[in-house]
Amino acid sequence: MTTAELLNKIEQVVIALAAFAAVIGLLLFLIDRAPKKRKDFFQLVGFVAPAFIILIIGLVYPAIRTAIQSLYDAKGNFIGFDNFVWAFTQPDSLVSLRNTVIWVILTPILSTVIGLAYAVFIDKSRGEKYFKALVFMPMAISFVGASIIWKFVYEYRPTSANQIGILNQVVVWLGGEPVQWLQAVPANTVFLIIVMVWIQTGFAMVVLSAAIKGVPTEIVEAAQLDGTNAWQRFLHVTIPGIQGSLVVVVTTISIATLKVFDIVRTMTAGNFDTSVLANEMYTQAFRAGEPGRGSALALILFVLVLPIVIYNVRVLRKQREIR
Amino acid sequence: MRITRAKRVIIPLAGVAAVALALTGCTGDTPASSSGTAAAGCEDYADYGTFTGSPTVNIYGTIVDVEADQLNQSWTDFEKCTGITIKYEGSQEFETQINVRAQGGNPPDLAIFPQPGLLASMVAGGYIKTPAQSVEDNVDKNWSADWKTYGTVDGTFYAAPLMASVKGYIWYSPAFFKDNGYTIPTTLDELTSLTAKIAADGKVKPWCAGFSSGEASGWPGTDWIEDTVLRQSGAQVYDDWTTNKVKFTDPQITKAFDYVGNILKNPAYVNGGFGDVTSINSTTFQDAGLPILQDQCAMMHQASFYEAQWPEGTTVAPDGDVYGFLMPPATAGGQQAVTGGGEMVGAFKTSDEITAVQTYLSSALWANNRVSIGGVISANKGLDPNNAKSPLAVDSIKILQDPNTTFRFDASDLMPAAVGSNSFWKGIVNWINGDDTQTVTTFIQSTWPQ
Repeated sequence: MTTAELLNKIEQVVIALAAFAAVIGLLLFLIDRAPKKRKDFFQLVGFVAPAFIILIIGLVYPAIRTAIQSLYDAKGNFIGFDNFVWAFTQPDSLVSLRNTVIWVILTPILSTVIGLAYAVFIDKSRGEKYFKALVFMPMAISFVGASIIWKFVYEYRPTSANQIGILNQVVVWLGGEPVQWLQAVPANTVFLIIVMVWIQTGFAMVVLSAAIKGVPTEIVEAAQLDGTNAWQRFLHVTIPGIQGSLVVVVTTISIATLKVFDIVRTMTAGNFDTSVLANEMYTQAFRAGEPGRGSALALILFVLVLPIVIYNVRVLRKQREIR
Repeated sequence: MRITRAKRVIIPLAGVAAVALALTGCTGDTPASSSGTAAAGCEDYADYGTFTGSPTVNIYGTIVDVEADQLNQSWTDFEKCTGITIKYEGSQEFETQINVRAQGGNPPDLAIFPQPGLLASMVAGGYIKTPAQSVEDNVDKNWSADWKTYGTVDGTFYAAPLMASVKGYIWYSPAFFKDNGYTIPTTLDELTSLTAKIAADGKVKPWCAGFSSGEASGWPGTDWIEDTVLRQSGAQVYDDWTTNKVKFTDPQITKAFDYVGNILKNPAYVNGGFGDVTSINSTTFQDAGLPILQDQCAMMHQASFYEAQWPEGTTVAPDGDVYGFLMPPATAGGQQAVTGGGEMVGAFKTSDEITAVQTYLSSALWANNRVSIGGVISANKGLDPNNAKSPLAVDSIKILQDPNTTFRFDASDLMPAAVGSNSFWKGIVNWINGDDTQTVTTFIQSTWPQ
């Protein structure tokens, strides 16, 4: 790219921004001048329509196209639901379905439990801020970055060579043989899940810590006067008090986990029986040249995420009603 | 902090200025080259004619970075003498983007296809124009019939070959071989017995290998299998295998898996410098050969382009630190058969200047120009092997030009993507990780599109 080309590009950006501003300005002007009689209606249309149109172009249309595409094979012949039959019968895709289930069960539970325990232990301690920042830090690292870090943790070198992976170094210190962690089926899926848990625990901890602080002190004190021990207070006062936040945390992490792709692709590329739905979807659509199968997997993923999203929204709405 | 009105303007302005400054750093301004349009030295280019009005020909391909610069360098004289400007654009997303551009009505004039299959699908879409007679004449004169078929779809010739690579080299240390009295094998059986001998001597593991390559993990293993199939069962079986007439589960294919498996899945034979058999999957293909330099492993199977992977200062020569011998034929003195890769140049439009460029790229003149710059080879018969920059490249060119050599394109590039760039790779990874040949070949066969 030369300077002239760059200037040209900048000019284009400026023109585009100006055009955008002009359109918005015109729209606002027209809405303002709308006939008095049905002003509300015009205002509604004027403000909702742009978002609505973008939503249709960017979400509804692709969703419909994906659904249609899932009924065709690579050559463009209509094959009905064969792609879905394939998804539920091929060993390859069955493995990714199974792994997705393992991911979606283990990750939210582990992240939430660890995050909650941590939040409770550091609650009102000295330096709470710093302890929190420490665990929250991984949230700031991208999935690919985290995967590369953990790939080094799991790195394998033969016994004769110097270990560069911390995990195998520990094993060697303890007198063991280095292990190919990422190739050890089926434990390798768990090693990948640990990366996700490492990232998501910070999120769970921060949200739950805030919720714990929201539990009214009067109730805690009343329970204390009633002679409860710490465990009973936690189980019967804190937990019911933060129930709403717990649900939000679990569902949010579940949704993120269902869509997990970066970690698997970076660390094993789906080899060694570690593939998950999103990874298999990408592989089929873009590498194997089978967009129909990729679309079918995308739809399955969509159907799996949908109930969790609906549940999440309903819980949030109920909470708002209580407040 | 309260922000004054002046500051409110200055801060974003400063931001914009900073961004603009930073972006200027990204531009690659080069001083315009002095255009000494001397007609001297243009005798070779007289046949291509001279064009007025400086027409431009756009070329799109997968070649990027240094190799793209070298490509541009290979036609500077041509541009000077003919008045045609060639604008080359390289992209690693070529394989998907070329579809998008062709369908969107925005194709380049010429495209450099790295796989015959992709060219064929573009031809099927009706996008590729048949080249002028001068291009076909060049191909008939400069390339073997094998090569012409890779640019031919359903009997019609569409694209001329460009560059090439030879797969199936076995890298070794000449000094290590000499010190231990090992000789280069001339048959596959001798390769097996050499392997056994090195293992029995117990100094090093005979082989090292690395199949890890991100999402393409496993491909070096598919090359192993392809080389073995071509040598054991011949070109006809190989061709039928790429079109699914011979199945993966066929004994002629499983025989190749067994041969390679005897080496790669035998803990006594691998993986020099890296560990046990499964370490093949965790070692990147770039690292795979490095233990040869430390005398930790004796041999490694990889294409001619592995030459670029040796660390700086390594002498690649028959009497140097490392060198490669070609995987031997099945029987002694048998006809040499090699697998490899290459590019095909297809045209999306027709015009006199495009024809001129296409003719030039298929000429011996271009091949000599490009190979002299270094780094690549070509199967062009008009190419003088001595123009190549390294002994191995000279060797590879001689093999490609030898009329007795059977050349076959990398089979996984010819198979449908669902197999050639997915299940074959994955199958090899599982195979190294412990699955048996029967399971793996059945799996790969089951993914062949119906």
